[in-house]
Amino acid sequence: MSRHRVIFDVTITHLTSRLKQSSIAALGVTFGIGTFITLMSFMTGLNELLDGLILNRTPHVRIYNEITPSDEQPVALSEAFEDAVNLIHSVKPKGSQERVHNALPMMARLADDPRVLGIAPQVKAPVFYLAGNIELNGIVSGIQPFDEKRLFNFGDYVTEGTPDDLAKNRNGILLGAGVATKMSLELGDRIQLSTARGVLVPLKVVGIFQSGLAEVDNIQSYVNISMAQQMLGEGTAYITDIQVKLHDIENAVPMAEEIRRNFKASAVDIKAANAQFETGTSIRNLITYAVSITLLIVAGFGIYNILNMLIYEKMNDIAILKATGFSGDDVRNIFIGQAMVIGIVGGLLGLLIGLVMSIMINQTPFETEALPTIKTFPVNFDWRFYLFGIVFALVSTFLAGYLPARKARKIDPVEIIRGQ
Amino acid sequence: MSTPILKATEIDKHFYKPVDFHVLKDINFEIEKGEFVSIMGKSGCGKSTLLYILSTMDTDYTGSLFLGGRNVTGLHQRELAKIRNAQIGFVFQFHYLLAEFTVLDNVMLPARKLGAKTDAQIRKDAMDKLELLGIASEAHKRANMISGGQKQRVAIARALINEPLIIMGDEPTGNLDSKNSENVFNIFTDLSKEKGLSLLVVTHDEDFAEKTDRIIRMEDGRIISHGRDEA
Repeated sequence: MSRHRVIFDVTITHLTSRLKQSSIAALGVTFGIGTFITLMSFMTGLNELLDGLILNRTPHVRIYNEITPSDEQPVALSEAFEDAVNLIHSVKPKGSQERVHNALPMMARLADDPRVLGIAPQVKAPVFYLAGNIELNGIVSGIQPFDEKRLFNFGDYVTEGTPDDLAKNRNGILLGAGVATKMSLELGDRIQLSTARGVLVPLKVVGIFQSGLAEVDNIQSYVNISMAQQMLGEGTAYITDIQVKLHDIENAVPMAEEIRRNFKASAVDIKAANAQFETGTSIRNLITYAVSITLLIVAGFGIYNILNMLIYEKMNDIAILKATGFSGDDVRNIFIGQAMVIGIVGGLLGLLIGLVMSIMINQTPFETEALPTIKTFPVNFDWRFYLFGIVFALVSTFLAGYLPARKARKIDPVEIIRGQ
Repeated sequence: MSTPILKATEIDKHFYKPVDFHVLKDINFEIEKGEFVSIMGKSGCGKSTLLYILSTMDTDYTGSLFLGGRNVTGLHQRELAKIRNAQIGFVFQFHYLLAEFTVLDNVMLPARKLGAKTDAQIRKDAMDKLELLGIASEAHKRANMISGGQKQRVAIARALINEPLIIMGDEPTGNLDSKNSENVFNIFTDLSKEKGLSLLVVTHDEDFAEKTDRIIRMEDGRIISHGRDEA
């Protein structure tokens, strides 16, 4: 025990007797790790926010019924014209409902699928907003507020009131911010909706939502799904969209494919819907990692440099230690030990600085139209950055210390003593 | 005859840089227990080079070196470090203390490396050695805060801490005034006479050498006199 202690004591004495140099080396690590953590937390926080803008409110798979002319015309089924060339002009889609066929069994089936996190049905209906003599056209979506909130962070976009208020009030409506402004409606006011068929429905404004996209906020509103079905004069099986959220977004493409095949419904996956978006995210991540790693490597060179200098300064000590019976390995361990102490102290301080900086950024006001519920800069407090930071600090200081320490191990004490 | 503490047989060494130079030629000699031997010779005759070979720090030679009867030639560096730690004590011309450690720490260092005793025992031993050399009062000062003569005595205390077989000195008094020089010499003779310690000292100082038991004289890499009557 004493044998290791003595190595450690020499290590510490060397460090403390050159406190200024040691501190500068440690500060290099602190700065590197601190910046790494700050940068990663901030950048990934921003990334998550931007991703969230799209990912959180976009279903991974959306199932709907697209109105298209059928691919197969009746004449193709007739045996009489089997060998003939059939030319049909002016093909029109068949008059059918916009609902998803067999929506309820389909939902039951999807809910049992282990890949599925949750599903939220919607009923979309074109309407006119009537208040006084103003008439605005728009779209009302009937939703299940709890599911929307749980799966698509719906609550983040409701600036006044809450999705729960809608769930509690069957005759409630969450108005788009643009609609509310145009019609000068506030919480608690009444509004009349008229459907395409002329049915008038009086509703109470229980909340205002703002998506950040003006085109959406100017026309979109939300009501309870049963209210939407009632407005359209349909039953509970009438559902126009099924939004599916998966555990793993990577399953979206095969899942959409399966749904198209198995249920003969239209299904669009998030990747097809937002192809450009993933590229942006991965490039931002790449840049963040590149900058952070560069910082850490620069810190590593700093340590290498300082330890190299320290070893030249300590030639005398190395010779004495070797002459009095310390082996080359002992001497190497002394210098590696110094690097590691610098790494640990600098690294831990770096974690602290990173945390403090992240908290400060997280407190900095950041207001934007697009994100009504965001008041400060987003920061991702992920423990993995801290783990990576400290591991990198230790590994890089070890390497930066190992090379000079190996040189110290090889120093011939005779040369030093004779040279004096 | 008992086994000699130190025995060198047919030691040859070349320096190859900048040109081939045959620095030690066929060195053979022995040192008995309790002997106080000095090596004398002109600068460049190879006496320091020989001392570093005997100290096991320089391993680039041919021939054989026996310490306490054990052949140490060709042993691994790690083994040699252990031998230096336990069996050889060094005193150099330029004191060679670790400047940032206290006097006491400097003395304790080799014993802590050896790890044969507890720290408390080592501390006590170190204080005893410092007492023996009359510098116990300086024990808690930093090594670079004491005078040259004191430093050399600390170095001797450090050389003694592991109760070595032999103490080697490279011009141990070369840097000291005559009073301190005398002082160091007296310490050496006491150790040799009273503790039966073997001492091997390389020196320029004729007066110093005259007072030792035996003088080995070197010239051009050869031993020209063993300082014994039979030689």
